[in-house]
Amino acid sequence: MTNDNSTLTSKNDHASLVDTLASHGVSRRSFMKFCAATASMMALSPSMVPAIAAALENARKPSVIWLSFQECTGCTESLTRAHTGTIENLIFDAISLDYHHTLQAAAGHGAEEARMIAMEENHGKYLLVVDGSIPLDNPGYSTIAGISNYDMLMETASGAAAIIAVGTCATYGGIPHANPNPTGAVSVGDLIKDKPIINVPGCPPIPVVITGVLTHFLTFGSIPELDHLGRPKVFYGQSIHDRCYRRPFYDQGLFAETFDDEGAKKGWCLYKLGCKGPTTYNACATTKWNNGTSFPIESGHPCLGCSEPDFWDGGSFYKSLSMPTENLTKTAVYAAAGAVAAGLVVGTANKMKKSKVAASHERMTIDDLEK
Amino acid sequence: MNEIDFLNWVRGTGLQIATIIFVAGVIIRILEIFLLGRKANLAEAKGSEMKSGLRTIITRSVPLKTTFQRSALTVVTGFFLHISLFVVIVFFAPHIFFFKDVTGLYWPALPTQIVDALTVIGIITLLVILIRRMNDKVLRFLTNGEDLLVWFVTFAPLITGYLAFHRTILSGPTMIGIHILSVELLMVVLPFTKLMHVFTVFLSRWYGGAISGYRGVQS
Amino acid sequence: MKQTIDNSIQFNIQTSDQLTRNVTPLLHEVKHALENLINNNQTTMIDLRSIPLAPGEEDTILNSLGCGEVQAELNALGLSEIYETTYAGVWIVSHFNDHNELIGRFIEITTMPEILRSQDEDILNAYHRLNEGLDDNQQTKESMVEKVS
Repeated sequence: MTNDNSTLTSKNDHASLVDTLASHGVSRRSFMKFCAATASMMALSPSMVPAIAAALENARKPSVIWLSFQECTGCTESLTRAHTGTIENLIFDAISLDYHHTLQAAAGHGAEEARMIAMEENHGKYLLVVDGSIPLDNPGYSTIAGISNYDMLMETASGAAAIIAVGTCATYGGIPHANPNPTGAVSVGDLIKDKPIINVPGCPPIPVVITGVLTHFLTFGSIPELDHLGRPKVFYGQSIHDRCYRRPFYDQGLFAETFDDEGAKKGWCLYKLGCKGPTTYNACATTKWNNGTSFPIESGHPCLGCSEPDFWDGGSFYKSLSMPTENLTKTAVYAAAGAVAAGLVVGTANKMKKSKVAASHERMTIDDLEK
Repeated sequence: MNEIDFLNWVRGTGLQIATIIFVAGVIIRILEIFLLGRKANLAEAKGSEMKSGLRTIITRSVPLKTTFQRSALTVVTGFFLHISLFVVIVFFAPHIFFFKDVTGLYWPALPTQIVDALTVIGIITLLVILIRRMNDKVLRFLTNGEDLLVWFVTFAPLITGYLAFHRTILSGPTMIGIHILSVELLMVVLPFTKLMHVFTVFLSRWYGGAISGYRGVQS
Repeated sequence: MKQTIDNSIQFNIQTSDQLTRNVTPLLHEVKHALENLINNNQTTMIDLRSIPLAPGEEDTILNSLGCGEVQAELNALGLSEIYETTYAGVWIVSHFNDHNELIGRFIEITTMPEILRSQDEDILNAYHRLNEGLDDNQQTKESMVEKVS
């Protein structure tokens, strides 16, 4: 990953992707391979390759500012695993990553100055990528160069063309947002209401999904179609359960009971072990991880639901979806004990009332009638 | 509130509230019945109360020939509905996981295709029951709000469970959340309506058999 | 700290066609695409990464199709392997990056995968380069002749 901080964005801004490729001595045939791999990465049909080629030929090189707030840097790690090859490298040569804490060489005032210059020169056109949540309780919980996350976000977002929130922390609050949320963490979407936001959740998101979304923006200059939680439908439109290769076992009711029993060895469904596949939307089951090697369920571990909001507060990872998240047995026993006590009181009161009525029953004689 | 927060609530707080109301309501009502007691029967017992009572709990499930001839549809739909509900609730694997988590008991599950078929039978049966109730003049006259409420809280879990399993209409988390919510609704409504027959049917059948057995006649 | 990697771990993964039930439908899709190619001369591309497949199923599909008469290697931004299967018109195109990691695999039902053809821009580029190269050669020869004479 190269980030030449000394040559700021102004020069690179006007070169198109094709020019970049040509300057690398890349043939048209190589460009075709690049487009085919890009289409696959963006989960687009191979018939879209000509459209991608046409769009990429004229694409300009946008400035990208990456802000990291309350995060574990896992999203950056995931992303940098995505560009271990020439093609992905080219995508990153085709954008101008003007500011990124982990990846940039500069530090201190120089780094902040780079950000301000990038914002000024590309006002209204740069892409803002955010990972990590923003603490609202006390701005001092997370600061960069003495600037609170909130201030930096609002300032940088004001001139952005679009915002990509990467990782569950930036999209829904993530780990910091989990009960009891001691820092008052909120997501990007909670704070910014006037800019288009693409949510790319996951803990971390699949590398190719991050690059795919960036590439989509680079190629088409627009936001992909989003679902009701702001996620690109192309990657998050299907649940894990609906694309899981173990689904036939679920449909037949064949479940692994423990992690090393016969069912687990035969690759049966992990529903009973707590798999959140039915309620999780992500591309893990088709795109998989590590360049299509595997994904948690294929490796024998139930899905955690890491691309959904509040997945840390959904009860144990190892309790199935049909199990209650709280201890229901305790509640039921206490309720029963209380009810027995209350029932005895009420029942005894009823019995006493009945006896009283029976005791005060007046016998009628023929004399009463004659009266 | 997004769909995952909704799901977490129904699986957490919602279930807690529903369980408290359900357990407390059922126990208080049953205790009230027992503690009220029965009037002492001063006649001499000609047979065993308990034996006849217990036997009647089972034998009352078999309808008399005259009953069947008079109300065949009621008997048949009743059987279909109760068998369907029983199998679907007790022998569907994810439900068994729920019971295992709460009570520690578990038992083998039936193949999912059988449970699926029985769910459909249950749904159709309930619709037949409702249509008949609305079309028959006498039944319609007798029907009140409670009857319709009870029908609804029994129908909702069946239909939402079917939709949740087949993952249609709404998204995965939302459909599952609505299914669990419908069960919670059933739980809070049960102790205050004629759905209490889930528990009291055993008491009333026993009592019917007991009074006959006391008098030495067949029940 | 010394790290030992045990390369002799055997994974006993038993796969069957019953797992995802995607193997046979996929082969049927290839059959229909061939029909389309014969009747309408239309090319079809199937992205193997977009379909959920259990471990071993992709190999089952590729083994069913087999390897035919043509094999080609492409060196463009990393290796690409292109071969025709035992079914003429059915090609497997696999793209790898610099680190030999698979970044795309397609089944292409066509007379010739597009990426094997020489591209118009490249041909034009080649013409200009050869032209300039020959001009340079000519000029060098002329200057050498001048020097001699």
